[in-house]
Amino acid sequence: MQSENGKYAIETKNLSIFYGAFEAVKDVDLQIEKQKITAIIGPSGCGKSTLLRAFNRMNDFVVTSHVKGEILMHGTNLYGRGIDPVEVRRRIGMVFQKPNPFPKSIYENIAWGARINGFKGDMDELVEASLRGAALWDEVKDKLKESAYALSGGQQQRLCIARTIAIQPEIILMDEPASALDPISTLRIEELMQELKKNYTIIIVTHNMQQAARVSDYTAMMMLYEDTRSGTVIEFDATNRIFTNPKDKRTEDYVTGRFG
Amino acid sequence: MKEEALKIKTVDVKSFRQVDLKKKTRVGESLIQILLFMAGVLSIFTTIAIVYELGKEAMLFFGDPDVTLVKFFTMTRWQPGIGQYGIAALVSATLTTSFIAILIALPLGLASAVYLSEYASPKARGVLKPVLEILAGIPTVVYGYFALLFVTPILKTIFEDRIQVYNMLSAGLVMGIMILPLIASMSEDALSAVPRALREGAYAMGATRLETSLQIVVPAALSGIGAAVIVGVSRAVGETMIVAVAAGAGPNFSFNPLDAAETMTGHIARISGGDLSYNTIDYTSLFAIALMLFLVTLVLNLISQWIVNRFREKYE
Amino acid sequence: MMNQRRAHFPEGTDFFASLQTRYRVAAIWQSLFLSALLIAIISLTALLYNVVDGAFGYVAYDYKKDPATFTSIPVNELTKDDLLIILKENLSSGAYNKLDDEKKMETRSHADLYVLFLERLVQIDTKATWSMTDSLLRGAEIRTEAAEKYPDAQLEFRSWLTPQFLATPMSSKAEFAGVRTAILGSLWLVGIAILFALPIGVGAAVYLQEYAPKNWLTSIIQTNINNLAGVPSIVYGMLGLAVFVRTLEALTSGSAFGITDSNGRTVLSAGLTMGILVLPLIIINAQEAIKAVPDSLRQAAFGVGATRWQTVWHHVLPNALPGILTGSILAVSRALGETAPLIVVGASTFISIDPNNPFSKFTALPIQIYNWTTRPQSEFHAIAASAIIVLLVMLLTLNATAILLRNRFQRRY
Repeated sequence: MQSENGKYAIETKNLSIFYGAFEAVKDVDLQIEKQKITAIIGPSGCGKSTLLRAFNRMNDFVVTSHVKGEILMHGTNLYGRGIDPVEVRRRIGMVFQKPNPFPKSIYENIAWGARINGFKGDMDELVEASLRGAALWDEVKDKLKESAYALSGGQQQRLCIARTIAIQPEIILMDEPASALDPISTLRIEELMQELKKNYTIIIVTHNMQQAARVSDYTAMMMLYEDTRSGTVIEFDATNRIFTNPKDKRTEDYVTGRFG
Repeated sequence: MKEEALKIKTVDVKSFRQVDLKKKTRVGESLIQILLFMAGVLSIFTTIAIVYELGKEAMLFFGDPDVTLVKFFTMTRWQPGIGQYGIAALVSATLTTSFIAILIALPLGLASAVYLSEYASPKARGVLKPVLEILAGIPTVVYGYFALLFVTPILKTIFEDRIQVYNMLSAGLVMGIMILPLIASMSEDALSAVPRALREGAYAMGATRLETSLQIVVPAALSGIGAAVIVGVSRAVGETMIVAVAAGAGPNFSFNPLDAAETMTGHIARISGGDLSYNTIDYTSLFAIALMLFLVTLVLNLISQWIVNRFREKYE
Repeated sequence: MMNQRRAHFPEGTDFFASLQTRYRVAAIWQSLFLSALLIAIISLTALLYNVVDGAFGYVAYDYKKDPATFTSIPVNELTKDDLLIILKENLSSGAYNKLDDEKKMETRSHADLYVLFLERLVQIDTKATWSMTDSLLRGAEIRTEAAEKYPDAQLEFRSWLTPQFLATPMSSKAEFAGVRTAILGSLWLVGIAILFALPIGVGAAVYLQEYAPKNWLTSIIQTNINNLAGVPSIVYGMLGLAVFVRTLEALTSGSAFGITDSNGRTVLSAGLTMGILVLPLIIINAQEAIKAVPDSLRQAAFGVGATRWQTVWHHVLPNALPGILTGSILAVSRALGETAPLIVVGASTFISIDPNNPFSKFTALPIQIYNWTTRPQSEFHAIAASAIIVLLVMLLTLNATAILLRNRFQRRY
């Protein structure tokens, strides 16, 4: 990883995302810095999740979707010819809004992803390391064979983070990872994110502006074009500047609660 | 003129106001409700009638001093007229044909369901689903024709003299085709009930569509698929016309698919189709078989429903 | 430590290679999944082909008696009057009177009389039949074969499915048999079944969806209905035999109404049995249809002071009607194709008199198909195939109607 020089983990250039003829996201240019947390904020329906899901090509499952522009990782366009979405997703992990552990044991939840990706090392060690990495080990070490569904919502979400880091991605996408959780679980996830950013680049979509302000280093503010209903990034900057001294009036309205 | 109109108006309002809000018994409404309730409970009477009628005649059969439960369960010949009461002679054929049918219908039905639910484009679904629906709508007697006059001749060229004209293999194979749409559609329901979030979770781990389908979605839908198989078994056990036409006419204790043998249902159809006089052991014995059929399929259906209900709760 | 573990994952070209393997496996499985559906399609095609194949083809037949022994006029120039005279002269008086009793000879059509002439006097005799494919592909071989084996026989390419086939009653000779009685029997049967099951089924569905309290009784009724839908049809046949044919014989045979020459094995018994059989199907479908009526409609009706029944009658049922009808059509198709219960309650396999009241003896299309399929002679297989085509066309029409109904009224809210 050290050999992969460059400041940015991932960049977008003139990125537009379409569902059929509808341009859901328009002309986005972002440079996501390595080992930082970048938050994407904005009102509902402005295309935050669509943009996030473009990074690991999850939008491919919507048959009518396609993109224009580029998403570059190490200089390679993720939507270029010969790029395999499966390989993209193995490099760029994702944690979802609602915890979605597999209906398997806690152990298998973590081992599964590693196994399908051809992991050859000691599986027990990997499971333990991943659970420790997600700050879940102490709570589940005695019930690894039990169903993941027996865990609480917050634990399930940390399990989902653990299974993601088990396959060693470079970037972790988080789609409102704490929105379905109680405040204490939310806090734990936020603390965990600070831990994770030592090794991973994190992009998080959040509704919660306080959360963005608390956890992120950079913030991208998205907004809809009134006429076309397409979403776009209107401002992208260091988080403290977005929240204290935004350049765009709309950003200011939004972060101060006068909008949405 | 104006005053008059006003007057009428006040009277109107007054008569309206006289309505009191006490609960009234509306005879018509109650009568209708009673009628509807009776329509609702009629189904229960149907079940009671089935159990009572089958049970009554079956008791007459088992009440015959010559018939003992030991004979019923241990003899391997069935011919009540001459004192042979071994139900095994019929059960063996039912088991053999049902087993072949499930052996065909389970893999094909499940594979069809996975394809339809996880792979097919809406366009492909629009073509493929009607095929299964048509298969499901074909009367079983037509399947019987198909078994006897299409499948059996083909089997005859493969197995030559080792296979009999009437044989359980042909009936079982065709029964499998008949049950395929049932297992496919129930399994597909179970697969599509698996939340999208699980699939997304798997894809986000870098899984291929196959890995997601086989290792995440299918295991998650396993109970629903199990329910489908159980209903399929129940259908196979109760299926009559295919076996009546193609499997053979005469009880034969055999598990060899190439043999002719008569299933429980096939036996009922053949014997009751002839001139059957009431109050004979032949007559009552049919009810004993029918009662067994009813109980077996009832238990299978109950298990399947219970599984489906539990499964539904899990994801809601 | 991280990097050390990372080394356990295939990277770069290794990963690419392993991914290629995964895709290959995936492609194999996908083609397996698809081939399951292809097998279904092939089976359906084979089944339909097999039926059509059986209904057309060469047939070799000869006359037991030369038509010339009865008349000097060429057979195809015989008029109705000629036929009447020939029949009267050559049939025994007992046989002639019996036919006359069934239907006055003078009132019969030319075609009808011609069939009698061929059947009773000339006694046409089918020697062999060939399937459509054989007939088309090996025409010359068949001709030589027929000429060798049956030197006296005539060879003819024939469609067993003819307008005649639809219009004539049953006969013991496949060449003259038709499905008229069977079609009428099926219609009577289905009519009685629906007349019985539709009001009760819809009533039960209304009760369960609109009236029933959520209690143990309701849940037992519901579970019971779902279970009844899965009871083997032959068990319903046994129920019908015990209840309608035997216990209620006085009613179902019509003897309580002064009809004497009958027993309980009537179209009424069979129709009621079929009604009980399709009842759960109708209830479940009607429940779905009623469930689909939005609650806002009910609340609107209650809001203007309607009673529960007024709400159901004026708002819920009219809106659920297309769904209920679709369900009923599916129930009709089911009843039309069911065979096993009819065997048990005693459909007659040989009957040539049209059913004309609920206490008639009857036969039905699937019964004829069963009967003809299980005969050893190939000419009966040919008419079984023809009867299957008739049955499938009827079912197809019904289902097409159901689909049209569904599409027409879909998504009105």
